[in-house]
Amino acid sequence: MGFPKDLSQERIVALITVAIFAMASVALPGFFSPDNLVAIVRSISVLGILALGMAVIIIGRGIDLSMVAIMAMSVAWYLQMLNDGMGEWRALALVLAGVLVIGLANGFLVAYAEVPAIFVTLASASFVFGLVRSQMIGSDAVPVPAGHWLGHLGGMRLADVPVEVYVFAALAFATFLFLRFTKWGRYVYYAGDNPAAARNIGMPVRPMMVLRYVLSALIAFVAGLLTAGSLQSMNTRVVNSTQLYDIVLVAVIGGIGLSGGKGGVRNVLIGAALIGILLNAMTILDIPLLYQNLIKSAILLIAIIVDGVLNPRDEQTAQQGDI
Amino acid sequence: MSSSVPFRERLQALRYNLIPDHLIGEILTKRWTDNAIPFLALVAVIAIFGSAIPGFFNPFSLQESTRQLGEFTIVVIGLTVVMLGGGIDLSVGSIFALATFAAVGCFFILDLPVWVAFLGALATGALCGAVNGYLVGFLRLRAFLTTLVTFIIGRAVFDILIVQYGAAVQTSFAQSDAWDFIGDGTVMGLSVPILSALVLAIVTHVVLTRARIGWHILAVGGSRRSAHNAGLKVRRTVFLTYVFSGLCSGAAGFLVACRLSGAGPGTGAGLEILALTAAVVGGNALGGGRGSVAKALMGAVIVLVMTNGLIRLGYGTGTNQMVLGLMLAVAVTIDIRWLKNRHKVLNEVYVAPVYLRMGDAQSAEPGSGTPYALNNRLSEAEPIGLGELEGPEDVILDRDDHLYCGTRHGEIVRFFAPDYKRSEVFAHVGGFPLGLAFDRAGNLLSCVGAMGLYRIAPDRTVTRLSAETKRSLTSVQDDARLRDPNDLDIAPDGRIYFTDSTKRYDAHEWTLDSIENRGTGRLLVYDPADGTTRTLLDGYRYTNGVCMAHDGKSLFFSESWACRIHRYWIEGPRAGTAECVIRDMPGYTDNINRASDGTYWMAWLGMRTPSFDLSLRHPAMRKRMTRRLPQDDWLFPNINTGGIVKFDETGRIIRTFGDLSGLSHPMVTSMREHKGELFIGGILNNRIGRYRIEGADPTWTGPDSYWGRT
Repeated sequence: MGFPKDLSQERIVALITVAIFAMASVALPGFFSPDNLVAIVRSISVLGILALGMAVIIIGRGIDLSMVAIMAMSVAWYLQMLNDGMGEWRALALVLAGVLVIGLANGFLVAYAEVPAIFVTLASASFVFGLVRSQMIGSDAVPVPAGHWLGHLGGMRLADVPVEVYVFAALAFATFLFLRFTKWGRYVYYAGDNPAAARNIGMPVRPMMVLRYVLSALIAFVAGLLTAGSLQSMNTRVVNSTQLYDIVLVAVIGGIGLSGGKGGVRNVLIGAALIGILLNAMTILDIPLLYQNLIKSAILLIAIIVDGVLNPRDEQTAQQGDI
Repeated sequence: MSSSVPFRERLQALRYNLIPDHLIGEILTKRWTDNAIPFLALVAVIAIFGSAIPGFFNPFSLQESTRQLGEFTIVVIGLTVVMLGGGIDLSVGSIFALATFAAVGCFFILDLPVWVAFLGALATGALCGAVNGYLVGFLRLRAFLTTLVTFIIGRAVFDILIVQYGAAVQTSFAQSDAWDFIGDGTVMGLSVPILSALVLAIVTHVVLTRARIGWHILAVGGSRRSAHNAGLKVRRTVFLTYVFSGLCSGAAGFLVACRLSGAGPGTGAGLEILALTAAVVGGNALGGGRGSVAKALMGAVIVLVMTNGLIRLGYGTGTNQMVLGLMLAVAVTIDIRWLKNRHKVLNEVYVAPVYLRMGDAQSAEPGSGTPYALNNRLSEAEPIGLGELEGPEDVILDRDDHLYCGTRHGEIVRFFAPDYKRSEVFAHVGGFPLGLAFDRAGNLLSCVGAMGLYRIAPDRTVTRLSAETKRSLTSVQDDARLRDPNDLDIAPDGRIYFTDSTKRYDAHEWTLDSIENRGTGRLLVYDPADGTTRTLLDGYRYTNGVCMAHDGKSLFFSESWACRIHRYWIEGPRAGTAECVIRDMPGYTDNINRASDGTYWMAWLGMRTPSFDLSLRHPAMRKRMTRRLPQDDWLFPNINTGGIVKFDETGRIIRTFGDLSGLSHPMVTSMREHKGELFIGGILNNRIGRYRIEGADPTWTGPDSYWGRT
């Protein structure tokens, strides 16, 4: 291992990932088989897609706690409308409009009303779940209608690799291009590093912020479609599960600093790889789901502590009300 | 009002002088207005659900609701304290669940007595709180995410425990009267949870508002950096708030364990968002420093009535989350916007001008032939302390001919006789010392702007005599405080008569007071015998100079923005009443002092202008002006020209002095006669002027005139 100067969080995590991977390959029977490796990548592709959206938001010094709610509830509503016999395009248009409105509302409240992102998205998650659950759908789980393209999507494979892996790869590449090579992508870093300075030199900080929340809402919808495709239904109970924290975990553990302006797609990939391998290994070891939750949350806590140590704040530089 | 006044103007006069617009601004300056929105929400929620749900107010149903309310309130109080300290605690739900399990486990599985179960629950809460406090307080992690993660960890641990031991609890036969009493019993008609919540609320309120640790918490929440720089132990204080929150959740967990005699997978689920919504809906600010236990209570009632009401009205799954999310978003947005814009709103509405039609004045133009005609005499005054002084509002001389004045730096400067070339700082008072007077014992008394009435003894010790009077019954803002003490004089019996110019503005905002032109100036008296201060007269437009008449039976005082001199009777048949002796002067009246020939000197701080007189008849225009124009463009009294007027007891004007050059004494706020010379001060001037008066008594001094020769 290198020495403290080279020891960024990203490298540590990459090394740990490789180490666990090596250990699991040796110790766990059936871990290092092609099928299992594909299963690992598949298991993390939805999580990874969500983490991409979260990463863009976190780099811009925000957070979106409503992603899982948007993911589950938008698709549940969509499926419900299809099951009720509504036309494909009409249902899709309605859902997209709904997703857009929620993203815009999040972004508007964060950017223009200057409400802390964490409260806005916590509230909107609760609101979206409550609204769809109580007004739009009849039960916790909504099945994909028979013969619908979503149903085929789940079973589709190219060269023995499920289609969501390709979607994840494509989105990761697109996000990489956006963050690295487009003007607005670079702006995300500047706005996240120092919003006031970014605004002073004339960047459209607020519209960009709204755009990011809209993007993350759309990404959540895509992730939801893939989930529904592979499970043939959308279970809205996922909103109350720990999936949301898995997303934050993937982003944070890969080394995307919560104070903004740091990280990129590579960090998401590393974080996703570590979590995917861990989850897969724990499943092979037959650790009950409850204990898996405990282990994941403990890892997240450690990641946050490490993040706090690497990016320390002190009494003089801390922002008032920065909670 | 004469009939020549147009109808529209008369309407304006009624509109602006009768409708108390100024109260809006005064109400908005109150901290308790923060409670208005939550309180209205509380009333609305209770009214709506009380009428929609049959039997909402029936005692038994209330009894059951209050049990839950008590437990919930305890949690919300804990969260509020954390928020006041600038943090947030989302883990209350899982701490609550763990504490419930601890209590249930002690009682049902281990068969321990109730008090051990109680201590177990508290210890669990304190331990979890300490973990949060350590991470957030000492390691300085982000409160929201950290407590979110400890929430998940706590929840995971609880889920594991409940799966393993849930059955053991249900099959236990443990029983105790105390346990059942806490769960079911009442004391004087009140259930145990609601009593505990009340006690906790009162104790927390007292600690937050009266005790050292409470002040520390508010200081840390209000400004972490300042608290750190002031030497408070910021990290420890934050740590303690989380421990307190943990203890509260622990106590609430114990109460619910007694009530339900068990714990299940649903225990404490969703409590964090409920408690957070309650704290924020009640009006506690995110980021700390602003909030109270009362707000926590209001928020708790609003949220609980609302969520329970929705369930009882039969709305389906998810409705609660929808409403909670909406409430949280709205409350947080209102909180943030209100905090950000409160001072803007205040600026918009605070200045509330009134209508005044000034009487026609005699001209003060040089050569106009009126007694007010200004000349250029004061430009001949010899400067004292030129360039060294800033703002000698008032000047005074003692028996040894030394000259004293206040400065805007809060000092009393003394110039030494006979040539007044040398000076020293006689005393440092702070504030802005304005009016000066010597009492019989040779103490120097001063009205210190923004501070109060002060005494400086010959040995230079500074004593505060008065900073407040009795509050009037109908005042909205606190008018007990002396906001702008201006000038004073001392009666033969030693009582000190002094003015407080305005109740609505601080001393440096006198331009706003002149533009508003509302009569809030007062004449007060301080009695050295018992140290009390009383208000004698109220409702004048900027009371200013005070001077005891030569016989000591009455006093003159000036009303600056009305350009008037009044006489207030201390003795005789008209004691306690005031009459106007000079009205409609061409200049704004300031300090008044005795002259050697039995008459009086009076300063003009500025001169009336037709344009400002006209604007006084147009309150709406002045309000627009203060809102839309930068301060430099405001129309307010012309203070580039002033003067000194000499008048006698009957109000007859004897003569007027001015400085037409505008160099030496363009504005005058005070003047003292001493041994045939006049010493001139100006609040915006950089010198004191010394002017020889023709024909004045060369032996006359102020102290002799007041207290006799020694």
